[in-house]
Amino acid sequence: MSVEMAELQKKNGIPPIQFGEEVSGAETLLRCLILEQVEYIFGYPGGAVLPIYDSLYGSYFKHILTRHEQGAIHAADGYARATGKPGVCIATSGPGATNLVTGIATAQMDSVPLVCITGNVAQSLIGTDAFQEANITGITIPITKHSYFVRDIRDLPRIVKEAFHIATTGRPGPVLIDIPKDVANAKAPFTYPDKVEIRGYRASLVPSDEEVQGFVKAVSEAKRPVILAGGGIIAAQAEKELRDFAEKTRIPVINTFMGLGGFSGTHELSLAMPGMHGNYTANQALLNADCVIGLGARFDDRITMGRTKEFAPKARIVHVDIDPAELGKNVETAVTVAGDVKSTLAKAIPLAKACDSEAWISQLKEWQEQYPYKYKKDGDVLKPQAVIELLYNSTDGEAIVTTDVGQHQMWTAQYYKFKHPRSFISSGGLGTMGFGFPAAIGAQIAHPDRTVISVVGDGGFQMTNQELAIVSQYNIPVKVAIVNNQCLGMVRQWQELFYDNRYSQIDLTCSPDFVKLAEAYGVKGLRASTPEEAEAVWAEALAHDGPVVVDFRVAQEENVYPMVASGNTLDQMELGDD
Amino acid sequence: MQQHTISVLVNDQPGVLTRVATLFGQRGFNIDSITVGGTEEQGLSRMIISTGGDDRQINQLMKQLHKLIDVISVTNLSENPFVSRELALIKVTASPSQLAELNGIVEPFRAAIVDVGPSSLIVQVTGDTEKIDALLVLLQSYGVIELTRTGAVAMARSIVPATAAATV
Ligand SMILES: Cc1ncc(C[n+]2csc(CCOP(=O)(O)OP(=O)(O)O)c2C)c(N)n1
Repeated sequence: MSVEMAELQKKNGIPPIQFGEEVSGAETLLRCLILEQVEYIFGYPGGAVLPIYDSLYGSYFKHILTRHEQGAIHAADGYARATGKPGVCIATSGPGATNLVTGIATAQMDSVPLVCITGNVAQSLIGTDAFQEANITGITIPITKHSYFVRDIRDLPRIVKEAFHIATTGRPGPVLIDIPKDVANAKAPFTYPDKVEIRGYRASLVPSDEEVQGFVKAVSEAKRPVILAGGGIIAAQAEKELRDFAEKTRIPVINTFMGLGGFSGTHELSLAMPGMHGNYTANQALLNADCVIGLGARFDDRITMGRTKEFAPKARIVHVDIDPAELGKNVETAVTVAGDVKSTLAKAIPLAKACDSEAWISQLKEWQEQYPYKYKKDGDVLKPQAVIELLYNSTDGEAIVTTDVGQHQMWTAQYYKFKHPRSFISSGGLGTMGFGFPAAIGAQIAHPDRTVISVVGDGGFQMTNQELAIVSQYNIPVKVAIVNNQCLGMVRQWQELFYDNRYSQIDLTCSPDFVKLAEAYGVKGLRASTPEEAEAVWAEALAHDGPVVVDFRVAQEENVYPMVASGNTLDQMELGDD
Repeated sequence: MQQHTISVLVNDQPGVLTRVATLFGQRGFNIDSITVGGTEEQGLSRMIISTGGDDRQINQLMKQLHKLIDVISVTNLSENPFVSRELALIKVTASPSQLAELNGIVEPFRAAIVDVGPSSLIVQVTGDTEKIDALLVLLQSYGVIELTRTGAVAMARSIVPATAAATV
């Protein structure tokens, strides 16, 4: 064993590991995970992973037994997004493995580092349609960063080492390791490689000085510049560099949905979120800018509306991304830097000068004052936007907030001003309903002392609400805020606007009593139907030392505005109905 | 839309071809032909892929290919002079009495008759796509019973330093 590793073990208080000792594949795997400093495993057992679960018995790991594999992988994902460390989940072969698919695709779309371990049937049975056999590496090829099928126990340590390296470096993403049962049961002397060598893999990309000079020059010439800061800022831990760069150059910052928290929403240069449900100012900034600087943002069609020719029509686009394939993929760029945003900005800051942008900034401020996010208050009716404002005000924007998918997700992105990276956790790319609640569990496990709020719709919550068992069993103090409009709100909105009020299959009035449901799991349940009740009940929830489910009964017909309808461009923005 | 010949050096691993083919499908590219085989180095395979697209699309395709962990390098051979060869086997309706006549057609193409049967024979030809197409036209009048051809195998010409070709 290397000296490095021995020190690592001592420092982290992990059990001593004997190198060269003859152990099983299952034990080998767990030792590798220890050496990768994994602490939590989210999973669900089954026949093909029994050797691994047997090795887990009484081991050092904290294993969280979710009630569905989808819960396990979303929780591992939430853990990863909240910490930046890789999330780890285990599932059995066949149905266990296929239950991970939605979570893997979710992580891939949002570049989240995950290591997913699946069992498979013994190699002698592979290809025979054996009981619970599924070709999970084949199924997941398009939705993983990489995957492995382990044929020989002697390859396992190298594969685990590579898997963690690939998941966490470059543009992060999910990696799957499929281990057949005979490999888990086989025995070999334990070893673990010190280094990873993967030919052709670019783990990090530090841009050259010339590239950075080109970037700074393009930016400094702008009079109406704007930064479009994406999830890459958070992945690269570049929030400080971004702030320094924006302040020094006097360039306002738009946070993409995935970038929320990467630049404080309360900063004077913050323009908040653009796009389909973004605000007027952010979209006007893109329409009128002479230079758009994409930093770890991928020009998603929820921002460009897929109308890439009409997107930022007056601007030269400058793009920095760790994934070279993103450069020029969606929009035409004038200047590109293939590199890590953190090192690019760190190199750029000393060279950068303030832009001549004050007139532009005051124009943007004017728009911000004129067109803030707004909604109509209505006496005793509880408005969903008011719920989010309540969450924001009561936590001073310091909580970790996860959301599910739908209207409540957009209102959270609009009305909760995220100040810190990794405090907003939501499925952006895939838009996965059922993600929010288990992700909150993962985030809370990672940060037991912080307030973690899971904002969910009454629809999406019912996709994974069985994980209430987990918050109860492990006393995970997540505060679940159900924005309950008794319908699939976002679908209702589209049907109202684009399908002539033909409300097809959105009625959720026959949902369980969420307070009783919570109580059935041994979790505190509360309900509020008016603004006054909401305040009182929410204060009680925050004060409660343990998990709580709050059923906020909100106005059903509320729509998310502003809105740019699909097929329209950013200048065709509807501001709302008041 | 332009035809491009891309050379992809990959780890010789099970599933690599699936990964490459899946990527083409996933990203909306078409594979016109693909050949895979060994290389000068053990453990590596080279794929030669013909595909169509404008410069922007091919650039994007090359970058996407390079994201695959098992892909070591990606080169667009079409950017510089390169040699490209296909092999075709063509079974033609003919009796042994027509052998001389057919030999006369095949010879200028440096092709060869590699099998003779009572009512058919097999012509083997190597060369670039156009040459094989040209021979096929001539043989068509005899009646082509069966045709099988490989995709192109290709290599940059040695006058071009290997690094001159666009590589990601
Ligand atoms: C797994 C999945 N299925 C379907 C959808 C499509 N979809 C997007 S938003 C939405 C409605 C969500 O309703 P609800 O959870 O009640 O939240 P609300 O919009 O009311 O806030 C649906 C069905 C999705 N995003 N994910």
